[in-house]
Amino acid sequence: MAYALQQLINGISLGMIYGLIAVGYTMVYGIIGMINFAHGDIFMIGAFVALISVVMLVSGGIMDGPAAILIVLLASMAVTALYGWTVERVAYRPLRGSFRLAPLISAIGMSIVLQNYVQVAQGARVKPIEPLLPGGVTVLHIDSFVVQFSYMQMLIIAVTLGVLAVFTWLVTRTPLGRAMRACEQDRRMASLLGIDTDRTISLTFVIGAALAAVAGTMYLLRYGVIDFYIGFLAGVKAFTAAVLGGIGSLPGAVLGGLLIGLIETFWSAYFSVQYKDVAAFSILAIVLIFMPTGLLGRAEVEKV
Amino acid sequence: MSATTEAGARPSAMAAALKDAAITALVALGLFVPIVGLRTDVSPSGTLMLRQRWGDVAILVAIAFAGRLALLAWRAFRGDAKPASAAHAETMRKAGRTVAPILLGLAIVLPFIPGTGRYELDLGILVLTYVMLGWGLNIVVGLAGLLDLGYVAFYAVGAYSYALLATTFGLSFWVCLPLAGILAAFWGILLGFPVLRLRGDYLAIVTLAFGEIIRVVLINWASLTGGPNGITGIPRPSFFGLTFSAGGGPGSFADFFGIEPSPTHRVVFLYYLILALALLTNWISIRLRRQPLGRAWEALREDEIACRALGINVTTTKLTAFALGAMFAGFAGSFFATRQGFISPESFTFIESAIILAIVVLGGMGSQIGIALAALVMIGGFEVFRDLDEWRMLVFGGAMVLIMVVRPRGLVGHRTPTVALRERRSIGAEHVAEGHG
Repeated sequence: MAYALQQLINGISLGMIYGLIAVGYTMVYGIIGMINFAHGDIFMIGAFVALISVVMLVSGGIMDGPAAILIVLLASMAVTALYGWTVERVAYRPLRGSFRLAPLISAIGMSIVLQNYVQVAQGARVKPIEPLLPGGVTVLHIDSFVVQFSYMQMLIIAVTLGVLAVFTWLVTRTPLGRAMRACEQDRRMASLLGIDTDRTISLTFVIGAALAAVAGTMYLLRYGVIDFYIGFLAGVKAFTAAVLGGIGSLPGAVLGGLLIGLIETFWSAYFSVQYKDVAAFSILAIVLIFMPTGLLGRAEVEKV
Repeated sequence: MSATTEAGARPSAMAAALKDAAITALVALGLFVPIVGLRTDVSPSGTLMLRQRWGDVAILVAIAFAGRLALLAWRAFRGDAKPASAAHAETMRKAGRTVAPILLGLAIVLPFIPGTGRYELDLGILVLTYVMLGWGLNIVVGLAGLLDLGYVAFYAVGAYSYALLATTFGLSFWVCLPLAGILAAFWGILLGFPVLRLRGDYLAIVTLAFGEIIRVVLINWASLTGGPNGITGIPRPSFFGLTFSAGGGPGSFADFFGIEPSPTHRVVFLYYLILALALLTNWISIRLRRQPLGRAWEALREDEIACRALGINVTTTKLTAFALGAMFAGFAGSFFATRQGFISPESFTFIESAIILAIVVLGGMGSQIGIALAALVMIGGFEVFRDLDEWRMLVFGGAMVLIMVVRPRGLVGHRTPTVALRERRSIGAEHVAEGHG
């Protein structure tokens, strides 16, 4: 019981990270219908910018504690958003209107570029940092087993919920959000009605990258180690989450992320750690076979 | 128009270009300052410290500025881009017809060209392996229009099938080769059956996930696969029962033919083996393209809804393409195992799938000769840049993006439908739409 509760807490905080990345996938898929394969690596860039900021602030002795975390988060979001914008501008925009596989292949190329760029620039070694926010609250104490809810996990959940609230407001209440939803429904019609679709798509990438940066920062702070390769697996799992929740659906992405996080955590806790990725991917296959539109997705109308 | 507006337009265009380049440089500054400018290193005390490298950042920003300026100048100089014409496609097709026999002839005589040593032959074997994998994947991606991002999984199945059958039961290469192909095809069907009803993008991601699953299983099922250490001591193939031993001796190839024993014999043999396997793949896919099945593949690629309306069983058609593609990957895999004598999960990462896919796409999807050339350029290029280890992949990824942006239809390719009413028209890769089922 206590063990399960602990896993629940761990699973939710991991799932929040996946959910944040998944939102980026689902947004881009909704708006231009492509799998942004490089999104996982954008998440990795976010984690690296956070790492560099942490080293600069904390190890430099300039700042500490929650204020430092806020600055690290903002720095990571800003730089990563710039990366997201550049990737779209360089690798995807010239391919708009090209055949369907072209952007996907370009995205695979971009993913390879980003990974190796970080490897060349920052080295292939694993980067560890000291925990910024140690400690936590003991929720439950049964026999000898202690259920810990660490401050870091609380922070992840709080920040994710806060960021998602702002994001929901952005999509549902602002002109930009309206433009994004219009582009999602019918890009040509939206552009005929005076929406700058190129700008809207760029901003979609910027927002997606900023969310991935939040996820990257949280990942770094929670696990304390990153390397240039973390983006691949996290990206595939987040995509799985987006598909599970129904691709194109924003609440679905978060829900899918939570489910994947929980499944992965419980699987590692009760079955085997080695096969946790297999569990996550098998879920993907099973969902696609029996529920191709995902949990919250809508069925696509097929037109001839 | 008067001369004054001309003169007035020039400096303003110049100023606009400079401004554009300056913005690019500014963006580059933002991108490179944290990641390149500040490198995190582990200090002697075990914590991370920053090393500053502003010189590199300055160089990169200058490159971005100059590159953007050059690009703008080139665009202004070139004017509007011309779309590739049908005449161009026709020339390419004619060129392809002459290039193909020349390449084939070169491939056949390569071991006898003076100056061809062990290194050149090994490189030739590597290139031909990728040519074969490219042709195999082409059945799935180029002909049937299904995007498979986990092709390397079938390659792995083939390699491990041979390695396990040979080391456990002592079966010979020639028995295992068809078995490995059948096993890989079986896996293709097993995976394809549930997922081929899905839309193209989903298929891509499920195949990607499958590739990862296979790799994770290979790493963790240590009792069977040897885990990360892989399988060693995989037997080498024999030539009709004659072995290739460097020392010669009774029953060896050199002894039977009465020639001087030499380690090159085996390499030459392996070279011809993979050449034959690759040509077999090519021959089968060319033949199949003319069969009803192949026509159904190509029709499926062009329009899935029309296919269903015409009564083609979409699932079976896709499944055969998937299974055949997987089978060739299985053959290539068992060849890989027998050539290396050692396999480990390291050889079957996602990047291999990406390389094979890139070969198919750069070759122009569906063009056999295009794929062969793309494999030659890409694997050859990899070899040339071998010393620049990390940079090599960076350049590879960059080239992938660049080629997609500049020539999305592939470097060489243009393919025509094998069977068409009245006239043959060229079809660029832009017509490839994945199935919308």
